[in-house]
Amino acid sequence: MVMTKPSIDQVWEWLDAVPDPEIPVISLVDLGIIRGVTWLNDVLEVIVTPTYSGCPATRIINLDIETALNDHGIKKVTLKRQLSPAWTTDWLSDKGKAKLENYGIAPPQTAGGPTQCPRCKSAQVEKISQFGSTPCKAQWRCTDCLEPFDYFKCI
Amino acid sequence: MGDNSLVLGHRVSEWCGVAPVLEEDIALANTALDLIGQTQLWLGLAAECEDKGRDADALAFHRDVWDFRNLLLVEQPNRDFGHTMMRQFLFDAWHSLVLAALKSSENSDIAAIAEKSLKEVTYHLERSSDTVIALGDGTEESHKRMQAGLDRLWPYVGEMFLTDEHDLIDVTALRPAFDELTNDVLDTATLSIPTDNFTHKGGKTGARHTEHLGHMIATMQFLPRAYPDAKW
Repeated sequence: MVMTKPSIDQVWEWLDAVPDPEIPVISLVDLGIIRGVTWLNDVLEVIVTPTYSGCPATRIINLDIETALNDHGIKKVTLKRQLSPAWTTDWLSDKGKAKLENYGIAPPQTAGGPTQCPRCKSAQVEKISQFGSTPCKAQWRCTDCLEPFDYFKCI
Repeated sequence: MGDNSLVLGHRVSEWCGVAPVLEEDIALANTALDLIGQTQLWLGLAAECEDKGRDADALAFHRDVWDFRNLLLVEQPNRDFGHTMMRQFLFDAWHSLVLAALKSSENSDIAAIAEKSLKEVTYHLERSSDTVIALGDGTEESHKRMQAGLDRLWPYVGEMFLTDEHDLIDVTALRPAFDELTNDVLDTATLSIPTDNFTHKGGKTGARHTEHLGHMIATMQFLPRAYPDAKW
């Protein structure tokens, strides 16, 4: 039996359904860490770039990619790490940014801080700490509704 | 580069769970995580170039003190929080300049690791500068502790700028930029830079580490040495 290779577009669609393990509301494609997908004969090569060099989620991300593609019938997958150009928050898709905001995480802003509280939309916000629950986030607080929230920091 | 980020990464991680406040605990742990991540890249590359079947873990966990090539500054113990943040600031200032220079390396692997690390280190420097200013220009007690940290650590600054035959870049040439950066922050922090320029050396060459490194390595390497088959 000859297996027909799924198209590259189809693979991207499948990868867009794989959630980020730390922030499951966005996909790995939304996060902008999938740099390329190529067929090398019967092996599918997926090029992945890390967000932060020490992010412990990297391991899980690689596992999730392999599992998802295996589930879709692609048995031979190789993952290639690519460091340059380094990942920045500019790689986040607009769809991803909207989903973050909706989920309660303020999306990254070039100004360096959130424009509004993701819950009550007030612009009265202050920084609590430059670091948050994961390497990619900082902690901020809304001085109107008083809720602390995560801000996906710019890098 | 890999030994610097490994040793400092381990030192900073010693604060995990015992930092003065929760936010600082998280910040320190995240900084340590970045440094250990950078270590995996640097030591991974070193092992690949060496081509003797070792990997980053083998280099981190199966070398003894004299084979480490880290700066003496990063192996200094944490002492109090102010001292830890002063060490971080002095290192971050140097680290950011070195990475910026290595970013233009002709070796594309080195350039890529430097580019990636610099993004994280720029953020570290922003935070350590802010903290040094806040505590230096803070209360009488915090000022006293930051000045004590600076006085104790200043003799380890000179080693960072000694260029030897293994260096890919002229680190000595980075000193004026370092002085400008640190003068600016320390001045705002109302701290005085010691006038004595005596410099301890021997960390980068491995010839004369301080006794602190051996103790640190004993803790860091215990698990893989006692349980060689252990898997994450």
